Amino acid sequence: MPPLARWLARRLTLTLFVLWGAATLAFAAMRLVPGDPARIIAGGVQANATPEVLEAIRTQYGLAEPVPVQYVIFLGRLVRADLGDSYQLGRAVSGVILEQLGATVALAAGAAVLGFTLALTLALLTAGRPRARALSRALEFCALSTPGFWIGILLLTAFSFRLHWFPVLGNDGVRALVLPWITLALSIAGVLAQVTREGLERALEQPFALTARSRGATENRIRLRHALRHAALPVLTLSGWALGELLAGVVVVETVFARQGLGQVIVSAVNGRDFPVVTGVVVLAALTFSLINTGLDLLYRAVDPRMRQVAL
Amino acid sequence: MTAARAEPDTGPGGEPHTGPGGGPGAEPAGHLVTVEGLSVDLPTRQGVVHAVRDVSLSLRAGECLAVVGESGSGKSVTARALLGLAGDGADVRARTLTFAGRDLRRLTPRQWRLLRGRHIGYVLQDALTSLDPLRRVGDEVAEPLEVHGLASRDDLDELVAGLLAEVGVPDPGERLMQYPHELSGGLRQRALIASAIAARPSLLIADEPTTALDVTVQAQVLALLEARREAGTAVLLISHDLAVVARLADHIAILYAGTVVERGPAADLLAAPAHPYTAELLAAVPTVDGPRREVPAPRSAPPAETGCPYAPRCPLADDRCAAQAPPPVAHGPGREVRCWHPGTVRPGPPDPDVPPLPLDRPAAPAGGAHAVRPASPNGRAAAPAAGPAPGRAVVTVRGITKRFRSPGGSWRTAVDDVSFDLVAGEALGIVGESGSGKSTIARIVLTEFDADAGSVLLDGQAWSGLRERDRRARRSRIQLVDQDPLSSFDPRFTVEDVVAEALPRARHGGRDRVVALLGQVGLQPGLLRRRPGQLSGGQRQRVAIARALAPAPDVIVCDEPVSALDVTVQAQILALLTRLRRDAGVSLLFISHDLGVIRQVCDRVAVMKDGAIVEIGDVDTVFRSPRAVYTTALLAAVPRIDAGPHARKPVSATDLKGPP
Repeated sequence: MPPLARWLARRLTLTLFVLWGAATLAFAAMRLVPGDPARIIAGGVQANATPEVLEAIRTQYGLAEPVPVQYVIFLGRLVRADLGDSYQLGRAVSGVILEQLGATVALAAGAAVLGFTLALTLALLTAGRPRARALSRALEFCALSTPGFWIGILLLTAFSFRLHWFPVLGNDGVRALVLPWITLALSIAGVLAQVTREGLERALEQPFALTARSRGATENRIRLRHALRHAALPVLTLSGWALGELLAGVVVVETVFARQGLGQVIVSAVNGRDFPVVTGVVVLAALTFSLINTGLDLLYRAVDPRMRQVAL
Repeated sequence: MTAARAEPDTGPGGEPHTGPGGGPGAEPAGHLVTVEGLSVDLPTRQGVVHAVRDVSLSLRAGECLAVVGESGSGKSVTARALLGLAGDGADVRARTLTFAGRDLRRLTPRQWRLLRGRHIGYVLQDALTSLDPLRRVGDEVAEPLEVHGLASRDDLDELVAGLLAEVGVPDPGERLMQYPHELSGGLRQRALIASAIAARPSLLIADEPTTALDVTVQAQVLALLEARREAGTAVLLISHDLAVVARLADHIAILYAGTVVERGPAADLLAAPAHPYTAELLAAVPTVDGPRREVPAPRSAPPAETGCPYAPRCPLADDRCAAQAPPPVAHGPGREVRCWHPGTVRPGPPDPDVPPLPLDRPAAPAGGAHAVRPASPNGRAAAPAAGPAPGRAVVTVRGITKRFRSPGGSWRTAVDDVSFDLVAGEALGIVGESGSGKSTIARIVLTEFDADAGSVLLDGQAWSGLRERDRRARRSRIQLVDQDPLSSFDPRFTVEDVVAEALPRARHGGRDRVVALLGQVGLQPGLLRRRPGQLSGGQRQRVAIARALAPAPDVIVCDEPVSALDVTVQAQILALLTRLRRDAGVSLLFISHDLGVIRQVCDRVAVMKDGAIVEIGDVDTVFRSPRAVYTTALLAAVPRIDAGPHARKPVSATDLKGPP
């Protein structure tokens, strides 16, 4: 389909612009914060590096050049997908990220699946049923107004310290993932459930729902075959938001549960002014965002045939 | 779900009625549907609404019963009660409520589901929203078959294609793969009917099945329902328009404020209405034949809570009507009427909207020599006809052409070399089916966008092709009244705000001016603080007209101003427009798909097809002796009351617009 290919090409070009913008912002931000990168590379402020050592480091990492030249060099490397070496760890940034990516993806993806399932189930069960809806609403408001770290601590207290069902800390196995999943999922499930239910209720009021009823369709069939697709449209729109919420939540959850992962990597990188690592994570996040949003737009067209007519 | 009140008795379990679908009901001689003393209360935020009160109906196999009334009369709720779909929390009570010998009051939710779609088919109005826009047409049509397990997956497509072919959808194999928005309004309505008859139900309920359709498509949809009736299906037809049901109905029940005010055989009831409301409904239908008469605008008043609900509107009402609700009394064979003065209908007193004039039409624009028409058949003096429109042209349209890009990327000519003059003080009608380009002309005259070729002059001066800045000073000279006034009002504005905004910037006396304008359109000053959402359809349209009048314009463009209104409200608005034109001397460019409406308001008419004017001339000439074939076909498709039931229509099955 040529129009679709053209649209995809345009979206991917836009993605490149987004990546460039994100990298540039990261570059600027790390240059604006006070602190001498050479000192950090030398082992932090406490380490007593001699001026000669610092000078040598500056030369080696190209920090002696004027900022615009550094920027050009930085972009040149980025184009070759070379994110450079971590200041703190002394290893390639890509290696650091890849090493931790698995743990974070397992956490975020599991939480996304759990969050969406929870939201859809709640919405399907409570839409158009006033009493159930009121109860579900109260729970959703609790979930979306409680900070993630607090939910995490509460879960830990109840299920790990008291009941000993799940390990308190650690990275081993699925059992250690359950509480982090729940914590992260609750942060998105509240809003998603509300939006889904509203979409369902709006769809159930439409004449086509009455028509489906007049054909003898069961309530479940009307909800699953008719209304759910309509409710999916606003939920798709919100999925981009949910993704951002998940990425931000990962940092908190990994800290609360003392898990390894990109969240931990970025926290220590920002604290230690580890510029290459921060840039690497930022670029990765921007790429993920762009690709997922492109995917969502494609999904939109799949769900709503009316969108396919709209100019690509 | 609906709470059908019944004694906790063991209902007849299992299938509601056995035997192959499609055939007449279980009782060959008896009624398929019997409703006696049906009342439905609906809970709303404003308290309980008695939507249906003590309604009795009956329907045999192969018969058509039409339930007619204005919006809010309870006709849809009555129909839905037969499906157990009267609404959430609805309280449905009846002395008798049977379908094919089964007591509907005792059905469990599961039994209701087995009945719906299988034995009773339901066609809602507006197929665009009644078909799920996100599902393929084929899936929608197949749903009753799937739900009731009447077809296997393998032969489903074939069955659906057969159904679509049966209701006259061309290329059914391709259409079933399409989505509702890819079909024209007529095809969508056919697909909806195909879905309703898929399981061969013995009762088909059609709720306003032709509203919002062009006359030719309307005639085809009615023919389709007629074919179902001929095939032995009972048809319950719901409409606000007596002319629509006249052709199909064997029996008619007239509903007012939830009560059947009159019922009986269609021919008798239409020929000699016994209830004044029936007479009012009949009079409100604009006609395309016979002498042109100025319709006395019906009064508008909410139904009375005590006594006869129609009394506040009734020309015959007396003290007894206000105090005591009339019981149903027999009135001739098979007829029943709820009125203290049955059969004594006479013309109502003159309405304030229509001063009694010795003319049967508004005076033609002054100035210039007019051809004098012969006296009309009613013997009264006829006004001179506005012939080839002499006099000063307010709007001059010359050779305008407009093309639009369709989603596929090809170009479609919406308006093709159209020229006409709108003379000061005249009403020029533009009639045509949807897609004929009539609304595009309105937009171009309002210079919402410019034409690709040609020009529009206002008062002989350039109007199109200018910069908006150069037009602004003259903007107020030309105003618009839209089909859907609600969406053209800011919902946060009050009525006063809406009208005052359109007033020329006055230093003082704003409110007095608004009150005067509201009075001019027949609205009380009490409405000043209301918001558009709190108004009825007719009141909204009156406010829209008041707003259009506010800057004292020369021209008002009316784009389908009455097509969303009940016939009685429509008659009021048309009478109002006619009077305003006479009093305010404003010219009307009146766009409508309804020939009867055009005939009632306009002096001249332009008939449009595929973007071009096929015929233009004096309304009476064009309607009496049309020269274009297309005009003849359009006129033939208009539903007529005097044709009565079973009268064959001259309109052929040929799709005048062709398959889209």
